[in-house]
Amino acid sequence: MCGLLPGVLQLRSSFKMAAALQFPANVSTLNTYNDLYPDWTQREVSTGTTIMAVEFEGGVVIGADSRTTTGAYIANRVTDKLTPIHERIFCCRSGSAADTQAIADAVTYQLGFHSIELDEAPLVQTAASLFREMCYRYREELMAGIIVAGWDPRRGGQVYTVPVGGMMTRQPVSVGGSGSSYIYGYVDSNYRAGMSKEECLKFTAEALALAMERDGSSGGVVRLAVISEQGVERQAILGNQLPKFSTV
Amino acid sequence: MDSHHSYSQVKGVSTGVSSLFIVSYVSSKTINKLIQVHDRIFCCIAGSLADAQAVTKMAKFQLSFHSIQMESPPLVKAAASIMRELCYNNKEELQAGFITAGWDRKKGPQIYVVSLGGMLLSQPYTIGGSGSTYIYGYVDAKFKPDMSLEEATQFSTNALALAMGRDNVSGGVVHLVVITEAEVKHVVVPGNKLPKFHDE
Repeated sequence: MCGLLPGVLQLRSSFKMAAALQFPANVSTLNTYNDLYPDWTQREVSTGTTIMAVEFEGGVVIGADSRTTTGAYIANRVTDKLTPIHERIFCCRSGSAADTQAIADAVTYQLGFHSIELDEAPLVQTAASLFREMCYRYREELMAGIIVAGWDPRRGGQVYTVPVGGMMTRQPVSVGGSGSSYIYGYVDSNYRAGMSKEECLKFTAEALALAMERDGSSGGVVRLAVISEQGVERQAILGNQLPKFSTV
Repeated sequence: MDSHHSYSQVKGVSTGVSSLFIVSYVSSKTINKLIQVHDRIFCCIAGSLADAQAVTKMAKFQLSFHSIQMESPPLVKAAASIMRELCYNNKEELQAGFITAGWDRKKGPQIYVVSLGGMLLSQPYTIGGSGSTYIYGYVDAKFKPDMSLEEATQFSTNALALAMGRDNVSGGVVHLVVITEAEVKHVVVPGNKLPKFHDE
């Protein structure tokens, strides 16, 4: 589980304080938090989120919501949290937006270099290992929950989860982000081994829609991608086309 | 000091058509989290067990007094209102949430949520406790109004089994209570008879 409530995020050092917006001294009365004066100007940017990845025969389906928050303000409502690391390897990012972007950039560079050395497509496990190395080594400074998913010729579609703390494990289906708590029950009950690509897409879209309905830090559109031998197909399901569920 | 934080996983489901109603909770060890406050009204508790027991004891007393005065069985809403008054007026000291559910002659089966700060809300189904976060998606997807008793029982049992599979402080046995006009029935599903899911 690698969810993180953005309300819990704290600026970790005074160095990062400098990155927050500066206000003149006479607005100091606004620094104390209350409902009338939201504190989003002082908050770190978070992809408190819901992310998901599912293996199927021949590839993987990955999905994410599209909301990035700074406190109660939605900084970006159409975020793309599915980041390409290599041609057929993607990562789904959750946690601190800055941390995950920086890690993804570093791993993209390292994997590209490795792939050129090898003169062949890199393994998904290699990409996941690189993420794990970084997330574990800098675990005190980082707040990143990442799902690495892709296809390689040796082992087909694979999903590896690298949650906060820097563990890595392969799972047939993995959910992450703050919204993931709400859909563990749904995923446990609805996942079956041997689903087809279309079934996986439907399963992922429904699970994400359910999480977005309940989690305040998840929302917007559902972004999906299918990674297989043929390549990558991306799609987005907009708000009014999302599967609908709850009546309360 | 938090060692008595209750970790009940609680849910109520109502089916309007056949005027029946199910409340279920999970008990680990022998802590009883389902308190009967009147013949056809039960309270499920979550949070600090001490606070919850104190509140329900007070509510039971006030409710029986009210029922004698009115010379008729109390409304479920009355029971929920009493809980709400107690929770709201003592919100600084208390740390307990409740699901009040039951059957009365006026509106049939009903479920009321009384949350931590003292909000009162009526819902067709609801979940609570530490394990409930894991099954929001599942109950949102699977709930249909007007289920039969068998469907509602299966729905509750599945949801609780899923929550128990993920929440480390929920587990053991599933208790179900079915409340109808005619009777109150208590069903116990032991752990080994619970539905299993794909990774078990």
